[in-house]
Amino acid sequence: MSTLTSRSRRSGFRRGEAASGWLFTAPTIVIIGLFVVIPVFMALWVSFSDWGGRGSPFASTVNFVGAKNYSTLLAGGGLDEQNFGTALRNNAWYVVLVVPIQTAVSLILAILVNRAILRGRGFFRTAFYFPSVTSSVAITVLWLFLFGTTGAVNKVLSWVGIHGPNWFNDPNGVLHNILSVVGVKTGPAVLTGNTFLGVSWWDWLAGPSVAMSAFILMAIFTTSGTFMLLFVAALQNLGGDVTEAAMMDGANGWQRFWRVTLPQLRPTMFTVLTLGLIGCWQVFDQIYTGTQGAPGNTTLTPAYLSYTAAFSNQNWGQGAAIAFILFVIIVVFTIFQRWVLRDRAVSKRRMRLYRVPPADPRIAAASAAAASDSTEKTSGGAS
Amino acid sequence: MQRSSTRWYVAGAIAVAATLALSACGSGFSGGSPTSSNGALTSSSKPLTVLIGSSGPAETAAVNSQVAAWSKSSGTGAKVIAASDLNQQLAQGFAAKKPADVFYLSTDALAGYAKNGSLLAYGDQLTNKSDFYPSLVKSFTYNGQFYCAPKDFSTLQLIINTDMWQAAGLTSADYPTTWAQLETVSKKLTDANHVGLSISGEYARIGAFMTQAGGNLMNADSTKATANTAANVSALTEVKTLLNGGSLKYAKDVGAGWGGEAFGKGLAAMTIEGNWITGAMTTDYPNVKYKVVSLPKGPAGAGTLQFTNCWGIAADSPNQAAALKLVEQLTSASDQLAFSKAFGPMPSIKSAASEWKTANPGLVPFLDAASYAQGVPTADGSAAVVTDLNAKLATLGTGDPKTILDATQKNLQALLK
Repeated sequence: MSTLTSRSRRSGFRRGEAASGWLFTAPTIVIIGLFVVIPVFMALWVSFSDWGGRGSPFASTVNFVGAKNYSTLLAGGGLDEQNFGTALRNNAWYVVLVVPIQTAVSLILAILVNRAILRGRGFFRTAFYFPSVTSSVAITVLWLFLFGTTGAVNKVLSWVGIHGPNWFNDPNGVLHNILSVVGVKTGPAVLTGNTFLGVSWWDWLAGPSVAMSAFILMAIFTTSGTFMLLFVAALQNLGGDVTEAAMMDGANGWQRFWRVTLPQLRPTMFTVLTLGLIGCWQVFDQIYTGTQGAPGNTTLTPAYLSYTAAFSNQNWGQGAAIAFILFVIIVVFTIFQRWVLRDRAVSKRRMRLYRVPPADPRIAAASAAAASDSTEKTSGGAS
Repeated sequence: MQRSSTRWYVAGAIAVAATLALSACGSGFSGGSPTSSNGALTSSSKPLTVLIGSSGPAETAAVNSQVAAWSKSSGTGAKVIAASDLNQQLAQGFAAKKPADVFYLSTDALAGYAKNGSLLAYGDQLTNKSDFYPSLVKSFTYNGQFYCAPKDFSTLQLIINTDMWQAAGLTSADYPTTWAQLETVSKKLTDANHVGLSISGEYARIGAFMTQAGGNLMNADSTKATANTAANVSALTEVKTLLNGGSLKYAKDVGAGWGGEAFGKGLAAMTIEGNWITGAMTTDYPNVKYKVVSLPKGPAGAGTLQFTNCWGIAADSPNQAAALKLVEQLTSASDQLAFSKAFGPMPSIKSAASEWKTANPGLVPFLDAASYAQGVPTADGSAAVVTDLNAKLATLGTGDPKTILDATQKNLQALLK
C-alpha cells in the first residue's frame, strides 16, 4: 500500500493510467473501428470508384473515377440527377415540416404530463410514448390501412362532409393544391422554365405530396413521444426557485414559460432538434415498407434512392455518393442550427426590460443587481 | 486541444493502415476465383445453394421438392433458400464472392449483373436451348450472349367478370377485338357501383396498348430507344381517351392496390392482368366468376407484354457444371408442369405447351400470346426509366402523351451511350 502511494507520487503513475485507459477502451475502439470507421472509409472509396458490386472494392479491377459519381448526381443532366433532385425536394419538405412540428408537439406533451395536478400522469406518459417503442414497420402498415382510399381516416372525414384524398396514391403537392384552389394551376415561366438538380423551381415549391403528408403525420405521431421523454427529463431537472422568483416578480404563466422555462430548456432543445434533423434526413424504413418512392417518385428520399441505386441498379458508386452528400447536408444543417441556438449576450433591447427608472438611487442599485443576477442564472442554465 | 488532435492523427493512421490491410486481403481473394472466360465450367463436389424470391409457401415447397428430387438422382447436395429480399441477398453474395450458385433473376436485373461479371453466360450450353420461346431468349440476351434459361413466363390478357358482362346485356359475341369495341363495352359495363375497366396505371399494363399499336419502349434487343414513336403516342392517346371517358380507371383510383384487387372486389368489370391473377382469384375472391379473353387488337394487330424470370448461375460458383445440370432439370417439361400445377406460371418451353393448355383450358389465351408477346426493356438502368415513366403515367389523364414519351425517349437514349 505504502509503496503504491509513494509510486503514485512519481510521474510513472499517469503513464500507467493512460495505458490501462487504452486497454479498457480497446475493445470498443476495435469494434467501432472495424464496423464503423473502416466501412465508412470503404464507402468513401466506393463513391469515387467504378466498383460494380462483385468481389472486393479494393480489387485491382476496380478503378478510381474521380468525382464522376458525384457529378452525375449534381450536374449530370440525366435521370440520375433528376431523381436525386426529386428525392432531396421530398426530404427537404419532410424535414421542414416534421422537425418543428414534432419539437413543438413533444414540448407541449411534456409540459402537459409534467403538471403535478394531472390525474393518471403515468397512463398519459405511457400512451404518448407508446408509438415510439412500436416498430416503424408495424406503424407503417397500420398507416397504410388508416390512410387507404376507403380507410378509417377518409371515413371520419366523410362524416364531416369532406371527400378525403387518395392519400398514398396522390402525387400532387400540397402547396400546388392550395394554389390551384385560388386558380393558379401553372407556375410563372420563370419558375417552370428554370431547374435546379433537374427539378423545376415550380416543382421544388410543390410542397410535400399528399402521400408524403401522410408520412409526415406518421413521423410526428411516432417520434413526439421519444422527444417528450427528453423534455420531461429536462423539465424535472429545472429547479423551482427560478420559477418562484419569476412569480414573485409578477410574471404570468405565459411569460414564465417563454422567458424562464424555455431558455433553460435550450440544451435539450438542441438535442431534440439535432436528433430530429438527423432522423428526418435519413428516413428509410417507412419508404421501404410503405410506398417505395411511389406515387410519382414523391416519397422518394435520398436514403431510399441510395439503396435502390446500389442494390437494384448495381450503381454502387452512385449509391455511396448519395450517402456522402446526405452526410454533408446533415452536418451543414447541424452546424447551422448550433449557430442559431448559440448562447448570446442579452441584447440591449431585452436589457431595457429589466431596467427600472432610477427614482430612488438605492432601489435602482438593488434592482440592477437583481437583473444581472437573473441574467447570469439564465445563461448559466443554458450553457 | 493539441493532445486530442494528436490522437486523431493516431486514429486516422490506424484506420488507413487497417483499410490498406483489408484491401490487400481483397485483392488476395479475387485472384483465386474460378472464371468462365475460357468456356470451361467449374466443377467440384460442393453442394449447390439455390436462392429464390418466392411468391409464397406453395412455390417454396414446389421448388424444394423438385430440387430435392434432382439432388437425390444426381448425388449432388442442394439447398433451397427463400430470400426475404432477393435483390439484397444476391448483391451481398456477389460482393462477398460467395454467391448462391443458382438463383432467380429478373429481366431488369440481368444487365447490371451481366455488366459487372457476376453471371455465367451459360445459355448456349443448354441442351434444351432450342426449346425455349425465342422472345424469352431475347429477354435474357445481353451484348449478344444468351445468359440464362427462362424459368417460366406470364403474359397479359383481358379478364372479364362474366356476371357483370351478362348483366350489361353482353354475350360472347361481344368480346372486344378492336380498341373501338373495347371503348364500347367498357362504357356499357360502367355504372354507379363499378367501372368498366380498371388497370394499374403503369407501363407494365399500358405497355400492352403500345405493342398493339406496333410500338414498345425499346426494340426487342433493347439496343435502340423507340419510346416516342407515333405508335406509342397513339397508344397513350387511346388510354387517355378511355380514362377521360370515365370507363377506365386506375386501380388506385378505385381504392385497390392492383387490377386484380379491383376486379376481385367487384370494383371493375374488366381488368388487364397476367396469369398470376388466377391464384389471387382462387384464394381471395373464390366467388367471382371470370373469363380470360385475348386483349383487343390495335392498329398493328395483336400485342401484349410478357414478363419472365430466369435461373441465373453465378460466375463465382465453384460447381457450375452441376448447376447447369440442375437448371436443365428445372426447365424440363416435367418440372415446369409440376411448378405450373403448384403455383401457376406458364412453362417457358414449347414442348410443354400442349399439355399445359389441356390442363388449363380457361387460360389458353395467356399461352397463345407467346407467339406475339413482347418483353419489357432490359437495358442497364431501364428499370429506373420505367419507374420515372410510371410516375408520369399516373397523371396521364391530364398529361400530354407526346411530352411524356419524349422525356422517356431522352432517358432511354442516355442509357445506350
